[in-house]
Amino acid sequence: MRILFKGNMSDIAIKVENISKKYQIGENKNFPTLRDKLMELPNRIFKGPRKNKEFWALKDVSFEVKQGEVVGIIGRNGAGKSTLLKILARITEPTSGKITMYGRVASMLEVGTGFNQELTGRENIYLNGAIIGMKRAEIEKKFADIVAFSGVEKFLDTPVKHYSSGMYVRLAFAVSAHLDADILLVDEVLAVGDAEFQKKCLGKMSSLANSGKTVIFVSHNIGAIKSLCSHCLWINNGVSVMYGFTEQVMSSYIQSVNKLDIDKSKNSSLSSTKYSFTMKMPYWVDDKNKVTYSYNYGQNITLRFEFNFKKIVENLCIGYSLVNQYGEKLFFSHSIDDHRSNIPSRLLGKVVIDSAIDIGCIPPGTYQVPFGLKNKQGEAIIYSEKDVFLEIKPPKNDIDGRGGTFWYTGNWKIK
Amino acid sequence: MTEQITIIKPTSKLQFINLKELWPYRELLFSFVKRDIQVRYRQTVIGGLWAIIQPLSTMVIFSFFFGRLAGISGGGVPYPIFSYAGLLLWTYFTSAISASSASMVASSSLITKVYFPRIIIPISATMTGLIDYLVASIVLVGLMLYYQIMPTAYILLVPVTLLLTWMLAMGMGFWLSAMNVKYRDIGYILPFFIQLLLFVTPVIYPSSIAPNFKFLLSLNPMTGIIDAHRAMILGGLPINWGSLAISTVLVVVILLSGSAYFKSVEKYFADII
Repeated sequence: MRILFKGNMSDIAIKVENISKKYQIGENKNFPTLRDKLMELPNRIFKGPRKNKEFWALKDVSFEVKQGEVVGIIGRNGAGKSTLLKILARITEPTSGKITMYGRVASMLEVGTGFNQELTGRENIYLNGAIIGMKRAEIEKKFADIVAFSGVEKFLDTPVKHYSSGMYVRLAFAVSAHLDADILLVDEVLAVGDAEFQKKCLGKMSSLANSGKTVIFVSHNIGAIKSLCSHCLWINNGVSVMYGFTEQVMSSYIQSVNKLDIDKSKNSSLSSTKYSFTMKMPYWVDDKNKVTYSYNYGQNITLRFEFNFKKIVENLCIGYSLVNQYGEKLFFSHSIDDHRSNIPSRLLGKVVIDSAIDIGCIPPGTYQVPFGLKNKQGEAIIYSEKDVFLEIKPPKNDIDGRGGTFWYTGNWKIK
Repeated sequence: MTEQITIIKPTSKLQFINLKELWPYRELLFSFVKRDIQVRYRQTVIGGLWAIIQPLSTMVIFSFFFGRLAGISGGGVPYPIFSYAGLLLWTYFTSAISASSASMVASSSLITKVYFPRIIIPISATMTGLIDYLVASIVLVGLMLYYQIMPTAYILLVPVTLLLTWMLAMGMGFWLSAMNVKYRDIGYILPFFIQLLLFVTPVIYPSSIAPNFKFLLSLNPMTGIIDAHRAMILGGLPINWGSLAISTVLVVVILLSGSAYFKSVEKYFADII
């Protein structure tokens, strides 16, 4: 019994118990000056302490992570993902609750934290290494690897202010990537650099994930989370909604985000007061008009926009694109680049607009679908980056490692 | 392998500096000091000379106006070396408190992105100036040779006064840097405050010129330290041990209260900075 108990304990890497974080809002300034405090004094004396509005960024969040698990934290903007990560990284303190972490913890909330423009690449490697928690001996040991990974050998003794932004990011990521720890906290590190570099980062991330390290990963990029994480925590409005295997949590999450019950939920309906119309969050439908977000490879899919125009709107342009897990845009389509488009230039009342995609060339994966509306002058009326998703399942006869950014099966026939 | 366990929960009780917690971060402390020195010496054309020019030019001006025109005595030693011995430590003290009080705000990008004991930031800011102190002491040696002043064995105690000054600068740095995060007024008040402080500290005059205010003056912790520092270097002057003892007590009080205040507001830094 005892041995079993012990085994279970050492299995756990992170234990989060009832973590809550409260912020005070209503202080109208970020930096109250002494004057503000003094001006407030008479009010305090006569009316009692000022009541600030309280805002719970996190409320009673609990979960456990076992050693070697890679956990993604998902949720909408402002759901509390970053707050949770900041508490785990000890940047800010929880209001209540307790977290226990077993092992050396390293956080990568940003690459190149503390890089100094005046210092050379070499000096910055040592400085940044020390800041993120590496010992000097450790940096010396890994120095050659870091330099090789970054690919800036030639400019090692040049101040980083002369670096291109690409070189800068590569060097910064290289240091972070060589930080040796049992538990890694990662935030949106992949949101930097070009697509090629993001692939390299993602590759490094998955090798870390496969090396038995425990990783907590916060990202908006659900494609990346899906390919890296074994488990997922879904947070909404500071409350943990679901925790479990990525497949299950992710499909519930995407379903909820793409949820049809739009009118009931304020979050998923959009409106423009200037043009006085409302619209539902765009959603996908299949051949049979059934709402879905997940398609088998090769199926025809359609993105549907539903509007209610209270006044006439002229020359509305609707556009969307598909963005893959590396942040690469597959394509961009808008309602006036199709010459066959039959959308009238004046719109009024309830209007449903469909955009059908021949999906055959899009590789399986999970995509983010940023969409937007523009007026005649090209001014954005509505823009949303992270609310619509699309999942394309691989074909049953998929040959492993087909790869490629463009899927084309070709027409095979005997002549 | 020894397993490291991190526990995160809200802190509530009064805390002072936790040296045990700081020890693993000593390399980071020196990295910060090294960075500040490297950056400063790289950005300036004459680098280390600035450390000398500031106290030296102040000494020359004060020697002319106070020493020659106003006729203030150096209490037994020539006025230029008298004031330089004071200005040497004073320059370190004021640059250390200005640097440390601005240090937290200047490091906001670190504070919101990575964890380490925050108190390292104001501590490191007080240490950079020690190099300047050493560089500027070269001039003092030159002046002593010129005026043919023989140091006594007391000169070996000079590091004690430097240590006390450092502790005082840290204590004030903890107070001011933490307050500056919340109230940016500190950045405006401080230069003015330092300017006033020069006149209530016996830097450029001997404390003997104001016998009636001796007690009041000794409530300024720098009084005892500056007097002792100068007396230990120049030999000819008597050391006022009583005044130094008062200073030591005040330094300890400021250092402990400063660290307690810093620790108590530290947890909000990332949220409000």
